[in-house]
This record gives sequence, C-alpha cells and structure tokens, in this order.
Amino acid sequence: MQKQNNAVNKLHSEIMERSGQDFYNCIQCGKCTAGCPVLSAMDLHPREVLLYLQLGQEEKLLSSKTPWICASCFTCGARCIKNLDLSRIMEAIRVKILRPRGAACLSPGEIPKEQLEKLPQQALVSGFRKYTR
Amino acid sequence: MSYLYFPGCTLKDKAASAMEKTALMAAAELGLPLEEIDEWQCCGAVYPLTEDELITLVSPSRTIFAAKDRPVVTLCSACYHVLKRTRQRLAADKDARDKISSYLEEEYPGETPVLHYLELLRDELGWDALKEKVKMPLEGRRLAAYYGCMLLRPAEEMAFDNPERPRIMEDFLQALGAEVITFPFRTKCCGAYLAVTEKQVMEDASNNIVKMALEYGAEELTTSCPLCRYNLEQTPAVKEGKIKVSFFSEPLAEALNLEVQEVTN
Ligand code: SF4
Ligand code: SF4
Repeated sequence: MQKQNNAVNKLHSEIMERSGQDFYNCIQCGKCTAGCPVLSAMDLHPREVLLYLQLGQEEKLLSSKTPWICASCFTCGARCIKNLDLSRIMEAIRVKILRPRGAACLSPGEIPKEQLEKLPQQALVSGFRKYTR
Repeated sequence: MSYLYFPGCTLKDKAASAMEKTALMAAAELGLPLEEIDEWQCCGAVYPLTEDELITLVSPSRTIFAAKDRPVVTLCSACYHVLKRTRQRLAADKDARDKISSYLEEEYPGETPVLHYLELLRDELGWDALKEKVKMPLEGRRLAAYYGCMLLRPAEEMAFDNPERPRIMEDFLQALGAEVITFPFRTKCCGAYLAVTEKQVMEDASNNIVKMALEYGAEELTTSCPLCRYNLEQTPAVKEGKIKVSFFSEPLAEALNLEVQEVTN
C-alpha cells in the first residue's frame, strides 16, 4: 500500500512539475470545458481532469482518452479565470505515457495510404510529435 | 531593408505552395523583399509544452540563432507560433538559453523579432498604403477571415492580436476591397493534428466552423495555416462547392493583379 501511494505521489508531482501548473488553484468552474471544441469525443471533461488531479486519482487520467483527443488549441487556457494552462497538463499526461522506451500511440503503418498522400506535411510532423517520442 | 523569410516544411509541398508563391510575389510588388534563410530546418510544427523538454526546442532555436538580430518573417501560422514561443522562451529562460546555446556551440544573438507576414503588412506598410496598391479591388466578394488557434493563443506569448476579438485579417481583407464577413467561430479550433488520428473528431470540429461561416453569408474562408485549410476542405460544404477556402495571400495577389492563374494549384 505504501509503495502504491509513493508511486501515485510521484506521478502527482511529475505532472505538476512538467506542466508548471498548480492544479490546486482550479475552482472547478467549468469555463475550460464550456469552450473546448472537441469535448463531445472526450471521456473525461477538461474540468474533471483537474478534479482527479486534486483528488490524487491520477491513475484515472492515464487510462483516459481525453489527453489524446485534446487538440492543443489553447482555448481552455485563454478562458480559465485562474490562469491555468490545461494544454500543458494534457501534454504532461501524454509524455508520462510516451516517454518510456518503445511507447508510441501512432505508427506510420496505421495511416491509410490515400490519407497519407493527401495530408499536409504539417499534419504528419505535428501528429508524430504529439503521439510519439 | 530586407527581411529573413522562414518557409517551413509545408509550403514547399504541392498543396500549400500557392501561399508561398503568391505571398512572395506580393511582397516584391509591395517593396517588402523577403530573403529565404539558408539551410533552414523544420520548426517541429508544435511547441513543446512541458518544462523539461528542450530537445524539440533545438530546431526552432537554430532559426532564431541564424537570424542574428534580423527579423524573421513567416507565413504559416504554425511556424509563427513555434518560432515566436521559442523566441520568448529563449529571451526569458536563462537556463534553457544557456543549454541550447552550448548545444549549438553558438552565442545567443539577442532577441530576434519573429513576425507574421500580416504584421509586416500592418506595421511596415500600413493598411492605407496597401489599399493604394490594390489594382483590382475584390468588390462584392464576401470573404471571412479564419484565424484558428496558432496565431492568437496563448495571447501573452503570441501578442499577435486580441485573442477573442482579433481584427488584423478583417482589416487586411477590407484593404483589399472585399466585403468582410465576421463570424463567431473564426477563432475556434479546426481539429488540428487530429486529422491524423481522429479523423471524425476533426471533421466535426471543422464542420461546425464552415457551417457557421455559411450561415453568416461567407463565400470564401481565408487562412494562413495549411493544416486549417486542409481540415476545413474535408467538410461536405466545401466538397460540394458551397464555400471555398483560400490562403490569405491568394486574394492579396488577386487584388494586386499578379497573374493569379499561374500560381494557384
Ligand atoms: S476554467 Fe480553470 S478554474 Fe475553471 S474549471 Fe477549468 S481549470 Fe478549473
Ligand atoms: S487545449 Fe485541449 S482541452 Fe483545452 S480547449 Fe483545446 S482541445 Fe479542449
């Protein structure tokens, strides 16, 4: 139990340090969520991501689709009355999953050939930057 | 004076080359010569969002270091975003600056200005001067500006325009003589790189934008982001020809009467 708690605490501080965001400042107002353009595809709302961080239930975030649906559009951060940059929190969760050797959430073989030919270079570079390390 | 020009990976590609060709022709016509940076490298397309990731800052930093203190001009919204945030980070974060400078084995050159082409038009030329250069005003053409995310947010770092009520592109289109349509979703995200992994989510996001523009009576959406253009073009309304999407420099070249047919794809 102690060991498990340590692992959770470590994850907690990793997300805070890597994102540079003190998520305890969130007052759960939901403004971030109201403006998110891809909300309907998320299993946890941006506000709930902050809630689970505050509750110390980060393991819920590691299995959530939400960080992978987030398009890094910076709208939530622009609207947050507490000046929290949620795009950085989403990225900290993604890199936690992606950094261990061999982890990747996208491989070139997964992209259908006709789509691959049409997609602008910028889509591929940004996609691989976000889904692999 | 001439400005350094950073094209980025996408504008050398067939689909987006129209932006580069029209913008360079217009720049020459307007007396704003752009000189391509030697041996430039891709900016990485997204800015690294964790405090401890410096390696992906190296490539955009090369551009900042190579520019010395000359202004760097970009056309692509993503290049502008990444280069500008890198510039802000290098200026503000001594630790990151020292590490990158030592990795590149180069002295940090100081605070290189990073400009978007639209800023060059607004601040160096001015809308009135642009208006005077227009030979074929786009009269009666209902054009709407689509900003997307990368030019505007985060506002403190980008310092480009008001993030919720921008006007630079509307002012630009007005100078070209168009009938400017201002619609509510002009700063909403098109779905960005979800085009690669979550096609349906991207299409839904883009569809909302295009439908809103149509509802407000726009016949053309204009952008400076190749990925926004691609995403918006995947929507039914664009595929059915109800509305089109262009790069902002295409109506510019047209208004300046610069052989448009030859340069668009
Ligand atoms: S807008 Fe800010 S304070 Fe409000 S719920 Fe979202 S993160 Fe919390
Ligand atoms: S940055 Fe991510 S979570 Fe925030 S509004 Fe945009 S898509 Fe939603």
